Amino acid sequence: MNLALVFDLLLALMLLWSAWRALAAPNATRAVVMFIVFGLFLTLAWGRLDAPDIALAEAAIGAGLTGALLLDAVRTLGESAGADAGGARSPWRWPVLAFSPLLAVILVVAVLEAPQQLVDLPAVVERNMGLSGVTHPVTAVLLNFRGYDTLLEVAVLLAALFGLLALAQGAASAATRESFLLHTLARLATPPMIVVAGYLLWAGAHQPGGAFQAAAVLAAAAVLLHLAGLLPAWVAPGRLLRLGLAGGLLVFLAVAILPLAHAPLLTYPPAWAGALILLVETALTVSLGLVLAGLFLFLSGRSLRDEETR
Amino acid sequence: MPDSAREFFSAVFLVIGAFFYLAGTVGLLRFPDVYTRLHALTKADNLGLGFLVLGLAVQAESLAAALKLLLIWPLTLAASATVGYLIARRARALGISPWLRPEDR
Repeated sequence: MNLALVFDLLLALMLLWSAWRALAAPNATRAVVMFIVFGLFLTLAWGRLDAPDIALAEAAIGAGLTGALLLDAVRTLGESAGADAGGARSPWRWPVLAFSPLLAVILVVAVLEAPQQLVDLPAVVERNMGLSGVTHPVTAVLLNFRGYDTLLEVAVLLAALFGLLALAQGAASAATRESFLLHTLARLATPPMIVVAGYLLWAGAHQPGGAFQAAAVLAAAAVLLHLAGLLPAWVAPGRLLRLGLAGGLLVFLAVAILPLAHAPLLTYPPAWAGALILLVETALTVSLGLVLAGLFLFLSGRSLRDEETR
Repeated sequence: MPDSAREFFSAVFLVIGAFFYLAGTVGLLRFPDVYTRLHALTKADNLGLGFLVLGLAVQAESLAAALKLLLIWPLTLAASATVGYLIARRARALGISPWLRPEDR
């Protein structure tokens, strides 16, 4: 048994363990912390599977932003919220315990019994890379070959934010006096974070990176500034913010519709593909950054005001 | 620098880094209260990560990659120092008093 296999087995065990700890945690804060730990192990697992794009997205969105959102939710709802809903005494416990292993077995069998792929997709992508306008295959698939998947994902994210806006009660947040250290860290970290977002956006054309990862970094910077008391919570989006939130989808749609006169949706002319992808990704970075930040900033207006500032 | 010397220095730095992580983990598990555990963990973050990125930077393919690796260190230093302070402040706000040696109580 070689060392890499030992590491992978350990990682798989830690994934199961942290998932179990998150589910069995006695209170909400611990559950959230274990969920973040689970996200970090998952990031490592994606890294081991040679999928750095997904690893980056998982670390930034799955563990980072979602973790911050969940912690904020725990703070707003209070520690005991939902404690009795799915605890150890729930009547659903036994059916769930019986069904989960069954589902696991079905999934494993499905993977083992999967029919032979008729089309060798990696080879097809490889053959058409020259037409894609970029050199990183993941970006070529996400923004060109299967662009409509990404288009719909962006629409889904925007729709989620609309739902949130409908639910969130607007309440102007009082300016919080946060600690000097957090203040300083936020001021120091924000410029490099913006640079990193720009770098990830640019790097996406030829190596792991791209709009989603860059947007997650921008959103994290916004959340950090907000927590440090430098950026107030958002109440209702003004005209400029609305344009920013929807702009990415609008630009993507415009680029998608453009070739409709003589070709199907989302076919870029190969000579222009690189520039168009960069245009779409730049717009998406700004918009997704605002949407992801909005998920946090639109919600936290009330909770921040309620919290005692020390 | 020849490749063998690179490998050697890299291995030495990585082992030193791993040692600090081990020490930090032992401290986290064995120290009596939140403040002393924070002390142990920040040492692991600062020195352990410092040696780790140094060891990886020695092996990096280009100067740019090495510098990017080394840039991780000050960023984490700033973040971990701030987070350590915030956790300690929160613990104090919750009224957790620092651990004292039995003879000092």
